[in-house]
Amino acid sequence: MTRFIAHRVALGLLVVVGVVVLTFVIARVIPGDPATNWVGPHASPVQLARARHTLGLDRPLPAQIVDYLRGIVSGDWGISIHTKQPVLSDLGTRAPASIELVAAGMFLALLAGIPLGLLSARWAGRAPDVGVRLVAVVGVSMPVFWLALILQLIFFQKLQVLPVSGQYDPDVAAAHPLQAYTHMPVVDSLVAGNWPMFRSSLTHLVLPAIVVAAYPMGVVARMVRASVLETLGEDHVRMTRALGFPERTIFAHFALRPALNPVVSVIALVFAYALVNTFLVEAIFDWNGLGSYAADSIQALDTPAVIGVTLFIAIFYVVANLVVDIVQAFVDPRIRLR
Amino acid sequence: MTLSVRGLEIRFGERQVVALAELDVADREIVGLVGESGSGKSMTALAVLGLAGSVGADVSGSIRLGELELTALSPAAMRDVRGKRIAMIFQNPVSAFNPVFRVGYIFLRTLRLHGFGKGEALERARAGLHEVLLTPDLLDRYPHQLSGGQAQRVAIALAAALRSEVLIADEPTSALDVTVQAEILELLRGLRQRDGMSILMISHDLAVIGQLCDRTVVMRNGTVVEAGPTASVLGDPQAPYTKELVAAVPQIGAVA
Amino acid sequence: MRGNPLLVSGLVIATFFLLVAVFAPLLAPYPADAGSATHPLSSFLPPSWHHPFGTDDVGRDLFSRVIYGTRISLTIAAVVIAFSCVVGIPLGIVAGYFGGIVDDVLMRVTDVFLAFPALLLALALASVLTPSVANATLAIALTWWPWYARLARGQAVSIAGRPYIESCRALGLGSFRILLRHVLPNSVTPVIVQASLDVGGVILTAAALSFLGLGAQDPTPEWGLLVSQGEPYFTTQWWLVTFPGLAILVAALAFNLVGDGLRDRLDPRRVIAR
Repeated sequence: MTRFIAHRVALGLLVVVGVVVLTFVIARVIPGDPATNWVGPHASPVQLARARHTLGLDRPLPAQIVDYLRGIVSGDWGISIHTKQPVLSDLGTRAPASIELVAAGMFLALLAGIPLGLLSARWAGRAPDVGVRLVAVVGVSMPVFWLALILQLIFFQKLQVLPVSGQYDPDVAAAHPLQAYTHMPVVDSLVAGNWPMFRSSLTHLVLPAIVVAAYPMGVVARMVRASVLETLGEDHVRMTRALGFPERTIFAHFALRPALNPVVSVIALVFAYALVNTFLVEAIFDWNGLGSYAADSIQALDTPAVIGVTLFIAIFYVVANLVVDIVQAFVDPRIRLR
Repeated sequence: MTLSVRGLEIRFGERQVVALAELDVADREIVGLVGESGSGKSMTALAVLGLAGSVGADVSGSIRLGELELTALSPAAMRDVRGKRIAMIFQNPVSAFNPVFRVGYIFLRTLRLHGFGKGEALERARAGLHEVLLTPDLLDRYPHQLSGGQAQRVAIALAAALRSEVLIADEPTSALDVTVQAEILELLRGLRQRDGMSILMISHDLAVIGQLCDRTVVMRNGTVVEAGPTASVLGDPQAPYTKELVAAVPQIGAVA
Repeated sequence: MRGNPLLVSGLVIATFFLLVAVFAPLLAPYPADAGSATHPLSSFLPPSWHHPFGTDDVGRDLFSRVIYGTRISLTIAAVVIAFSCVVGIPLGIVAGYFGGIVDDVLMRVTDVFLAFPALLLALALASVLTPSVANATLAIALTWWPWYARLARGQAVSIAGRPYIESCRALGLGSFRILLRHVLPNSVTPVIVQASLDVGGVILTAAALSFLGLGAQDPTPEWGLLVSQGEPYFTTQWWLVTFPGLAILVAALAFNLVGDGLRDRLDPRRVIAR
């Protein structure tokens, strides 16, 4: 078991380093000079040269990479060119908003996807199955940004029931100031008992979360269905039938437990898709998270920031996968007792 | 307990896979059902347990356990028969157990399902394992921690613990080493001896049939081609197909 | 079994899109509008008989633009998948068959790529290239091939271990011959399934890139770009966003249905449900 974990951690580190190097190399290939962006177009050659030195651009590429990696480990992720702040602190400020949205999206995806997949498997070949499969395939065919706009059109424009901009209503925030602990409005307002803010931030979260959840929900429903159906065809299910167990028990208990093991790894996948979707829709919902930070950084050719965001996501993602792998190892006795 | 099958027909849509006129297992008798793959022997076994429907087949005919007509039973009544009165053991014993549960869990849960109280279930489990020469601590293991032979013994122990009247053994030794095979056959004999079980032994291996079965039924393409006491069916086969089967068995020391 | 309604509808719609792509110049009522023609006087017209999808901010017929967009999306999908196969399959087969260092290196490299959702990587790549359809296609293709390499590798590994390959070697057949005539044909089925499932995915990814401004640029009528162009006006001129987005959805849906259907039929481990 420890060997398993150690192996996974090593792989994760390798992936992270690989991503950093890859992004670094590609970013340095960008047409456009970060030094010019740093000091502006009217700088003198001396200022330009000094900027180049400050940004470390005058050193050979491999040296730059090593410097950067060393800096990462010690907490120096560079200075963002477009915010002039340390990248790490920028990430800290902007990340919670994205985390809130990703978490909400994942929650919805699993909440809807798993029961739908089970329903689909239970009635395989019949109407509920066809219905769920249709919904699921539409979910994975849906362009996320379009869904966001259409839902905004329907629920905000036409029906006027849900807000579409920002994480909460600024008027409500002014009237009921929110103490920031986690910088996630929904959590903070809940913890502080600030009900007006809780309501405001929750309603603001609904539409974006649904949009983020659509694709992963489809994926989850399909995987759960496939996994359950496959399990139902296995030898051990046949034996439980031969032993006289009712079909209901076989499905809900004997087939479900082994079938859900692979679903644990699906959670990692769900996280990945939720993350991607969050990035795509933050701008549409005026959501002040990493997605908009990344978009701004790309526009400004802000290399330290772009690499910082990429690295952050890489680490976050690798850690999430690692956690899922470990959980799966615990849940599946075949891995745990190797 | 006796098992009588009459006029059994099994179809998949238009395609008929079994047309079995007559198959009997007398009380405390071990009957061998021989045939190659596709001869319909496994489907017959499933039909006896009322499980042919779960693989999409249609079944007609009469299957009687003693006086009870199984084909006329409600699904709930048939579930009571399964395990309790007719047990089945399978070809791949390790994969026959649910991989995420301890073997003992399945064992005890099955006993509880068929009406035995907690304490009694535990007692029977211990007794059953004892009968197959295993120690009770094996119940704490997961299926992948057991060898094929051990897993098959646990399956047999379960049938013994349930005090089933009929055991259907579907190729129980085909996936096991020859030495383990002999032990399993011995245990099956024990089931007949000590627990009075009638056994329907399905196999393609004539040697196994020869060692274990009182009577033998030979199937081909879903029908019976020959039936009778094992000694005569294997020693002096009448049907051409049976002759081929017997002739195909390699003899140690014989020249090809 | 041919009566699978989902698969049949998928095939019908997918074929429809293919035909539209091929015959675009004949089907579009205003082919010039798909390019740089502008008609400022007819801007922001709602859907009508003359303009089934309305017109955009410079008076271009949206219906024609969406029709031409079909060509772009399907071409991108074809190029990406072709690239992935041409690059990924040989690499995967060689790595899987020979094993050793080659295999290890390939596995690590693809691990890095596969560790991330394709869209994120494509975004990262596209953000450093000059935005264009070609570069977006390149970015997607570069992030897409590892999956095919892994697929091919997996197949090659399982086939390489089979006894009949041993006998081929014993008969003195050269490795290249074995790869070409035995390993390759047997690796094809999962690749076909994957490819058909991927068409929808590539269409969505390309649209997303263009929506963010990292792909097609005006006047190219790529669907994602059309949606982003319509975004500022979508509360009043709803057709600008609705129809191109609908095209993306239906196209992706059709190919996903086809992919699903193919996978159900070609996957040997089909389970009988009840």
